[in-house]
Amino acid sequence: MELPDSQEIVDDLAFFDDWEQRYQYIIDLGKAISGLSEEQKTDDRLVKGCQSSVWLIERIENGRIRFEVDSDAVIVQGLLALVLAAYDDKTPQEILAFDIDGYFAELDLERHISPTRGNGLRAIVAKIQALAKRSVS
Amino acid sequence: MSFDVASLRKQFPILQREVDGKPLVYLDNAATTQKPQAVLDAIIDYYTTCNANVHRGAHQLSDEATRRYEKARDAVARFVNAAAREEIIWTSGTTEGINLVANGLAQLLKDTDEVVVTEMEHHANLVTWQQACKRAGASLKIAPIHDNGELDIEAFTALLSPATRLVAMPHVSNALGTVNPVKMLTAEAKKVDAWVLIDGAQGIAHGNVDVQDIGCDFYVFSGHKIFAPTGIGVLWGKRDVLQDWPVWLTGGEMIQDVTYQSATWGVLPNRLEAGTPNIAGAIGLAAALNWFSELDTRALQTHEKTLLTSAHEQAQAFEGLRMIGTAQDKIGVLSFLLEGAHPADVGFILDRQGIAIRTGDNCAQPLMKRLGIPGTARASFSIYNTLDEVDALFDALRKARTMLA
Repeated sequence: MELPDSQEIVDDLAFFDDWEQRYQYIIDLGKAISGLSEEQKTDDRLVKGCQSSVWLIERIENGRIRFEVDSDAVIVQGLLALVLAAYDDKTPQEILAFDIDGYFAELDLERHISPTRGNGLRAIVAKIQALAKRSVS
Repeated sequence: MSFDVASLRKQFPILQREVDGKPLVYLDNAATTQKPQAVLDAIIDYYTTCNANVHRGAHQLSDEATRRYEKARDAVARFVNAAAREEIIWTSGTTEGINLVANGLAQLLKDTDEVVVTEMEHHANLVTWQQACKRAGASLKIAPIHDNGELDIEAFTALLSPATRLVAMPHVSNALGTVNPVKMLTAEAKKVDAWVLIDGAQGIAHGNVDVQDIGCDFYVFSGHKIFAPTGIGVLWGKRDVLQDWPVWLTGGEMIQDVTYQSATWGVLPNRLEAGTPNIAGAIGLAAALNWFSELDTRALQTHEKTLLTSAHEQAQAFEGLRMIGTAQDKIGVLSFLLEGAHPADVGFILDRQGIAIRTGDNCAQPLMKRLGIPGTARASFSIYNTLDEVDALFDALRKARTMLA
């Protein structure tokens, strides 16, 4: 499946009334993104959480931030897809203007982006925001 | 069952709460235990009626606070069967206790000396010794385990030599649940005249710790693993060893005479307790130990065994589940992997069903590496868990398996 944009995801998830369907949807989103090859999963791209690991490759292409991600856990991969939907192929200004915490709150998934969760998601968001900040200054 | 788990549960207010609209099933007891009302009351009562700094008794409140605080020390001494109350040193927890001993050790080690630990250590009982050895130029030796999570006793014994100054090992492994035969291992270490430290973080809550019987020199534990608050722990040490052990933290309370340029140290236990202590924590810990001691230990142990047996049986019958840690003598912990599912994903799906477990490296990265796994999902049981909760765990795991397949 094609990765929907962030507003579509918000609408889709609002449609489900039980958590199982919501998580299944998130897992499917994770499967929809391509992930990284084993060679691309180098240590310098690794954001290590104590529960799961994520890898991030970020770059700027024609003034837009592009990134690829992967995780060893499928739900984390799905959550990364949510971040990708919001951030990938956007300008640094768009990224900085986007309310990521509000987005996760709207998805009723704040718990996963909270700094108390050792899943690396918060660190990925921080890295992309930092890249956006560097490129506008 | 010979004891009433339902009425025991009623003493733990937090066990009545819900998570996402489902009753909380708390199976993360190896990380921390919940607190009974008796402990909560003791802390509130202390702050409500006699909060004051201790050992500076110019007034009534300070006298009362000091009395409760020192009575707490007596309670701990009784609980672990210390030979003297001065052998009980308050710490902030297991980690600080190990650091206190390791810091002293680093000053005593020569570069030809060795320290022995095991492959099953969590970071607290590994990194501390590793760093102490590094500072002293001494060597750290790692006693291997078998694949089932039991210590390789032959290899352990072979590592011991006259160069061995200290042996540190867990009473019970946090990640695998393995119970080490600490008395026998201590006797082996004593043949080469080494000091022995037992990391009791996971051992203390399962009853019957008798430090004199074990024969070790140090036993450390955290209050919060035995129904007491966080931030309080205990280092027990033999008086002969502790009274000359190099001091670690310096400051108030631990001194005898002070000039601008020099100081002399006080006597045990104060010489190893600098600064204002965690008074409420100590009182809370004593309340927890007293509360725990009034329960029927044998019935508790039987109950815990029933829970683990049920968990094991269901785990064995569960398709695609691999148990990590299957030592003969094992308590409290079911570490496992679900085929094709990352432990973090299993944790997420269990959490949504109100079931709290630990996932990840279990604060034991080298052990996970040794076992060739990235981490585990770990359910850990305490006295207030029920067979229904064990069943709920496996129902939830069935759902996780379906969703993650």
